[in-house]
This record gives sequence, structure tokens and C-alpha cells, in this order.
Amino acid sequence: MSTVMRDTQDPTSTPAVKQNKTRTVAIGEARPQWWLYLTLGVGLVVMVTPFVWMALSSLKPEAEIRANPPTWWPQTFTLENFTELFTRLDFPQFFTNSAVVAVFVTLGNLVFCSMLGYAFAKIDFWGRAWLFRIVLGTMMIPGIVMLVPLFVLVSRLGLVDTYAGLILPFLAGPFGVFLMRQFISALPDELIDAGRIDGAGEFRIFAQIILPLCKPALATLGILTFLGSWNNFLWPLVVASSEDKYTLPVALALYSVGQNENNYGLMLAGAVAVVAPVVLVFLILQKHIIQGIATTGIK
Amino acid sequence: MATSTAARVPAPADSPGRGAAPVRRSTPLRRRRSIAAWGFAAPFVLLFLVFTAWPVISSLLMSVTDIKSRDLQNPFNVNFVGLDNFATVLADPLFWQAARNTGYFVVVGVPVVMFVSLMVALALNTGITRLSGFFRVGYFMPVVTSIVAVAVVWRFLLKDDNGIINVVLGWFGIDGPNWLGDPNWSMPAMILMAVWRSMGTLIVIFLAGLQGVPASLHEAAALDGANAVQRLRLITVPIMRPTLLFGAVLTGIGYLQLFEEPLVMTNGGGPLNSTLSVSLYIYRQFGFGNYGIASAMSYLLFLAIVLLTLLQFRLLTERDPRPRRKARQTTEREGSAR
Repeated sequence: MSTVMRDTQDPTSTPAVKQNKTRTVAIGEARPQWWLYLTLGVGLVVMVTPFVWMALSSLKPEAEIRANPPTWWPQTFTLENFTELFTRLDFPQFFTNSAVVAVFVTLGNLVFCSMLGYAFAKIDFWGRAWLFRIVLGTMMIPGIVMLVPLFVLVSRLGLVDTYAGLILPFLAGPFGVFLMRQFISALPDELIDAGRIDGAGEFRIFAQIILPLCKPALATLGILTFLGSWNNFLWPLVVASSEDKYTLPVALALYSVGQNENNYGLMLAGAVAVVAPVVLVFLILQKHIIQGIATTGIK
Repeated sequence: MATSTAARVPAPADSPGRGAAPVRRSTPLRRRRSIAAWGFAAPFVLLFLVFTAWPVISSLLMSVTDIKSRDLQNPFNVNFVGLDNFATVLADPLFWQAARNTGYFVVVGVPVVMFVSLMVALALNTGITRLSGFFRVGYFMPVVTSIVAVAVVWRFLLKDDNGIINVVLGWFGIDGPNWLGDPNWSMPAMILMAVWRSMGTLIVIFLAGLQGVPASLHEAAALDGANAVQRLRLITVPIMRPTLLFGAVLTGIGYLQLFEEPLVMTNGGGPLNSTLSVSLYIYRQFGFGNYGIASAMSYLLFLAIVLLTLLQFRLLTERDPRPRRKARQTTEREGSAR
């Protein structure tokens, strides 16, 4: 996007800036100051507290969650909230549903978006400009605009309360096309020309030359799509009408709103179950995830 | 261009570019590539037409009919009603309350989260090299988690009697409000949580933008006696204008669609509908089976998103009258035609 102007060779720059070659800007003094650490540290504690509190409280008995004043560290540890999650609710089913939907949605996006991304990036085809504009334009349309007609469509197709109904609308998203196009555009044209000279067809060039080079982009798209699907809420809430098709967020929301809201321990254990896998994946793959957000700016 | 010269001196046959383009456009090779490209596009375009393009169009069609959920069985029952649905929506005081609540959330929430995120990004960019990765992960963590799950957790954090937030406020002698139970405090509570949740994205985007601010400018300004605030205002912010605009538009679009937080944290509307958002009201109308009304509201929300985006472009680009670059791929590839 914007040009990066590095000026580390500048002879007039102060030694403090020079030491720090990866940074180009220094607000205030270049050397870190204790109050900066302190402020950022306090901020970090604030950011992480909800997660820590959630994890600790899910291990407390019901009475202690309600206790006033509240406790930080559980006075009595108990796993009863989690056993209840498995016995009173069909938790393994919700987990499976979320996983099935997320896996298929991710695979679909990887395949379809990389194909179209390649066409957009490297083939000068008829209709490319307006197709690209239309696909990108839909990124701004809020999901709720499509809620009603999509529900009508899916119910006409007889797909309400089916995996197909949960998966199909998300199988090919504009975000993936954009990301793949950006990445493939940066690959050298010579690779493709070489393939063409060697007599490879367009599909062979895509499958054997382009796709292997796209691994970083595919990884980013895969992770982001999986997370997006795992956390998706509105559409599963509408389409999954019976309990054996609920995804985790839907189950969690329906059990924490209305009459069910009085079992606090169960709610917190459910929240842990939804958040824990994602946080784990994030901590392992955070570089790719943050990079993906930085390059595309969209979650 | 120079027509007289061209008439006298014929262009050399091997001149790159000039004559090549019109010839290339009609080659069978090019046509074959077009077909191949549409082959690549076909699966996506098919899904896109059915599950995105059609719903968008049909939503517009539904917004001018009296379609209700029961008409799913009998589509011939549906009547054209013109702009009646829009009139009904615009005359509905509850819709205006939802619009006010959503507007409050955007107008207060976006500047707050932009400011806080910019400050954190500046701090992280100041040279805490060894720890900045660690900080970034911490600040980013809420972004990847399910809104529903964190909304459940924040429900507890914001409790009146034994919520952690009021307990911490109590340490400073502040008597915290009944956040989710008081109509005056329920929206600030939503904003508090939204800021916490969306800071990470903005920090990452701003950090990327800060890489484009040359240190030499800051040094020159510092030599001229500009203090940190002046340098932020006169150097960093103008150079980061495109990045800031991008962040503001992105956050604004997201905040206009507020839905999960009030649904989960305040049981779908809050005290006296004080957290009823437009999205939530659309969902409520959908639940009542008023599909036509819900579609009309959806388009009003969409209109608001488009307007906000245009407004933000205007506000943030007016001081930067750079000419728009039109990179035509053909001229680039075939060299300059001069």
C-alpha cells in the first residue's frame, strides 16, 4: 500500500535510533521508558483479565460464582460445570457440528477462492474488471441484509436444519478471493510463461506451479476462515432449528439467554469450551493470524 | 498524437507495444484464456450468484412486498406494496430508538477505540522490541474469540453487585453503576466491551501504517523544537491518514452491525430497549415473520453503512488532494506509448 521509507543509513540519526534498525519512528525518546512498560503492562492485564477470570470461575462451584464479594482464585476447585456440560447438554454434538461446518467452509474457500484469485491475478480475461468489482463490492454488504432472503431460499431448497444449509452460503467468500488475488499477483509472471512454453494447460499451471507457491496465503486464509466459521453466530442461529444441529456459539447463546440463564457455572464452562480451542490455535499460529489481519485488515 | 509524423514515417515493425494490443485482443489464444479463466471462476461465481447476488436482489424485492413467514408455503399470497414498508419502519418509534442506540454506539465507540488503539500502537512502536510481540499477542487475543462467548463472560464482569469491574472501581472509591440494568449505562457497557474486543485489529493495522512514517522527519522536527504531541499531530497523523481512514471505515462498518453483544448480554434489548440495535430489531422482526419489514430495515442499515463510509472518506481525505492514480495494466505491460 504505502511506501516504506527506511532511513537507517542517515548519518544524522542519533545512536539511539540507529541501534533499533527495525523501527523507523520514535515518538518521544527512542529508548523505552519505564512508564511505557507500565502502561502497556496494565493494558495487557486489562485485556487478558476476562479470559483469566472466565477460566478460573468455570472451576468454581455455583455458589462461589455468585458470592459477593467475588473471589479471584477458586476456594474449592470443581469440574462439575464441565461434567454437566457433557451430561446435561449434548456438548460433543455441538462441538462436532461446529467442526464439520468449519472444515467444509474452510476447504471450500481454499479451493474456490484460490481458483478465482488466480484468474483475477494472472489471466487477462473478458469480464475480469467488472466481476472483480462486483465480488469486492459485496464485502461491504452487511450479513443481516441477506438474512431474510437467504433463509427463504434455504427453506425453499429444503435445507433448513441441515449441514448443507449451514455450509453452502459460506463456501465461497469475497474476502478469500481478495486475499488470494493479492498474493498471486506478487508471484512472477515468468513462472506461468515458462509453464505455458512447456505446454502445460491453465489448470495444470494453477495446480502444479501456483498452488504450491501459495502455501503461506492458503495457510492464512485457512486459519482466518476456520476461525470465522467457528465463531459465526447469526446464520447458524437461524438455520439450526433442532438441538442436534446447533453449533457451539448457538448452544451457548440459547443456554445463557432467557429461562436457562440461571445456571452460571454451565454458562462459563460453555464459554471456556468455545474460547479455549480458538485461543490455543491462536497462541500457536499467532504470527500467521496477525500477519493475515495486517495485510488484509479484515477479520 | 503526432499524426503528421506517423503518416510520413511508418512505425517500425518491431516496435514493442504500439500495434500489438489490437492484434492480441482478437487472437484465439486470448479467447482460449478467457474460457479457461471463466472455468476457474465458475464454481465461485455459481455459489456467489445463488447465495450472495440473489439474496441481495431478492432482499430488495421483498422490501416492497408484504411477504410474511407464512407466505413461504404460498408464494402467490404476496402483494406489491411499494414503499409502504419503508414508511412503516420510518414511522416506528422503536426503529428510531434502535437507530439512536446504534448511532450512539458508533459515534462514541469508533473515536474511542481509534484513539486508544493509536496510543497503544505508538507505544508499541517506540522500541520495546523484545516484548512488543508478547504485548501484541495479548492485545490481539480478544479479536479471534467468539463474540457470544466473550459476551457471556462480560455479563459477569459487568454485574452490579459482584462484577469485577465494579469491584475494581470500588478500590478507587467509585461506586460503579448497574451497567446492564440501567438504561443510561447499558450502551456504555456495550462500548466498553467493543473497545476491548476490536482494539487488536486496529493496533495491528496502525503498527503496519507506522512503518511508513520516516524517522528522519521526526528527527528534523525534533531539531526544530517540535514536541511529541506536535510531531504526532503534524507528521504521524497526516502520513497515516490512509491507514487511519481504513481503520475508521472498517470499525464503523463493524460497529453499525452491533448484534451479538446486546442479544447475549442484555437478553435481546436491555432495560427499556436501551440496547436494542438496528440489527437486533431486524432479527426481532424476522422472528415475528415480518419479512418485508425486516428487508426494508436491512436496506436502511445498508444505506447507513454506505453513507458512513462515504462520509469517512470525505472527512479523512479532504486535506490530501493527491491525484488519483489510474494504473492501466495494458499500458504498463506494453511500455509507454509515447
